Amino acid sequence: MDTTVRLTVDGTEHDVLVDTRTTLLDALRERVGATAPKKGCDHGQCGSCTVLLDGRRHLTCLALAVAHDGAEVVTADGLADGDDLHPVQQAFLDHEGYQCGYCTPGQVCSVVGMLREAEDGDASHVTEDLETEPDLSDEEIRERMSGNLCRCGAYAGILAATRQAAGQQGSEQGATA
Amino acid sequence: MKELTYVRAADAAEAVAAVSADEHATFLGGGTNLVDHLKLGIATPTTLVDVSRLATDEVGPADGPSGPVLRIGAGVRNSDLAAHPLVRSRWPAVARALLAGASGQIRHQATTGGNLLQRTRCVYFQDVTTPCNKREPGSGCSALEGYGRYNALLGASEDCVAVHPSDLAVALVAVDAVVVVLGPDGERRVPVADLHRLPGSHPERDTVLAHGELVTAVELPMTDLTRRSTYVKTRDRASYAFALVSVAVAVELAEDGTLADLRIAWGGVAHKPWRAEAAEALLRGRVPDEELVRQAVDAELGDARPGPDNAYKVAMLRGATALALRDVTAPLAEGASA
Ligand SMILES: Cc1cc2nc3c(=O)[nH]c(=O)nc-3n(C[C@H](O)[C@H](O)[C@H](O)COP(=O)(O)OP(=O)(O)OC[C@H]3O[C@@H](n4cnc5c(N)ncnc54)[C@H](O)[C@@H]3O)c2cc1C
Ligand code: SF4
Ligand code: FES
Ligand code: FES
Repeated sequence: MDTTVRLTVDGTEHDVLVDTRTTLLDALRERVGATAPKKGCDHGQCGSCTVLLDGRRHLTCLALAVAHDGAEVVTADGLADGDDLHPVQQAFLDHEGYQCGYCTPGQVCSVVGMLREAEDGDASHVTEDLETEPDLSDEEIRERMSGNLCRCGAYAGILAATRQAAGQQGSEQGATA
Repeated sequence: MKELTYVRAADAAEAVAAVSADEHATFLGGGTNLVDHLKLGIATPTTLVDVSRLATDEVGPADGPSGPVLRIGAGVRNSDLAAHPLVRSRWPAVARALLAGASGQIRHQATTGGNLLQRTRCVYFQDVTTPCNKREPGSGCSALEGYGRYNALLGASEDCVAVHPSDLAVALVAVDAVVVVLGPDGERRVPVADLHRLPGSHPERDTVLAHGELVTAVELPMTDLTRRSTYVKTRDRASYAFALVSVAVAVELAEDGTLADLRIAWGGVAHKPWRAEAAEALLRGRVPDEELVRQAVDAELGDARPGPDNAYKVAMLRGATALALRDVTAPLAEGASA
């Protein structure tokens, strides 16, 4: 069954004809041409297909495009302001938070979303006291980023990059997307 | 994947009517389990009735049939429920169970209703090339003689030894939650403890819900017993993995440190979240020291006969239950309301 869905991707509106079975990931990559989100496992297990959907980090491989008519999607591509990198992207560069780069767009989107969640005071599995605002310790960052796997093992750089981006929180963070 | 029709229901009644009228139709929540099953060929519906945009994303106090409750719409996302201030302060076991499940991304997508109705992670159930009575009734159970590390300790049958995967469901059993269900004949309420079935000779039926019955909400009774509650989950890696075993406890402490009242539920041990009533009976009115907790766990296990692959779960249950009880009987943090 074919349907047209409207997706706003990195600021541009697209009317996309999709089959009911088309995932949001396939619609983005193959119809819209937004290839920043990567197809890793295709089963929700690796995080490489992560985008910001209506402002929150979201997988696209387990989402059907038809169910997301009207969605606003920001991919890792859309985070930069022209040639000016988003602070999280810059931090990944500064700390060599990537190797092959396959997981990187998902990692970057996930960090942006995760910093927002932490700023809202959301707790995580390792937060000791659910009733106080958690500090973004390394343990907190690791837990919150555990949905993004990196087979090259660039975790040390990603952790350092996230720490740097979290430090900028409040100043330039949250300016984009 | 076969051809599929997609329908977005305008309201709950329309969704119920659409699925009831078509035996090959099914509800679509966040899709994190169902879309995976469509890809794997485990689920083969011809029509998806999307219930993820019904106006069921509210959390708030309400009047239940037997007193005040916190009412959680079935469409509430797992991350929003875990972040809710009332859930964090009054039902910490529920918040902790949600935060222990899946990943940040998946929790934004997964819904309360879909989480409870997610299907087993038995490796054979997920592999369509192997026999499995739950996926294809009468085909046999590959886990009986196969890889048995995840197998149930309690309530299993000759036809299925799989365990239920939801962390949230285990916590909800410990806080006496009730699901509100809408069917073609109207509304009914089912305690979460009675929602899932033991496999018996029909492992293909996970729950007591009939085809077309929609979960519209979950209600948590407002009792003081749940403030001292927690959820302990053990798994193969520190995060982003399903439970090997898990424990939800809620207790009321007497002045002298004895357990005036308590509820214990276990995950990873049965086809449903397991309410450990025999263990509770042994612990009620006593101080839960390590030896007593061990006796209580063993009393609940009764004559369960684990195999060589899953015997480790017994030791894990003793440890996790002791840990959970130690957490909830410790003095509350300064400033926290008791
Ligand atoms: C990689 C990965 C790791 C995970 N780890 C964990 C974990 O550690 N712990 C855990 O608990 N879960 C875990 N999950 C499972 C996840 O939590 C569930 O898939 C999710 O909660 C299901 O919710 P959903 O809204 O996406 O449901 P869907 O996939 O949309 O639906 C699931 C089922 O429920 C039915 N359904 C949905 N809504 C309703 C309703 N309102 N009424 C009646 N029927 C309904 C659907 O028909 C379907 O059969 C994991 C998932 C993945 C992919
Ligand atoms: S344990 Fe149950 S789900 Fe697993 S193979 Fe056997 S019948 Fe299927
Ligand atoms: S491709 Fe979506 S999580 Fe792996
Ligand atoms: S950089 Fe290669 S997978 Fe992460």
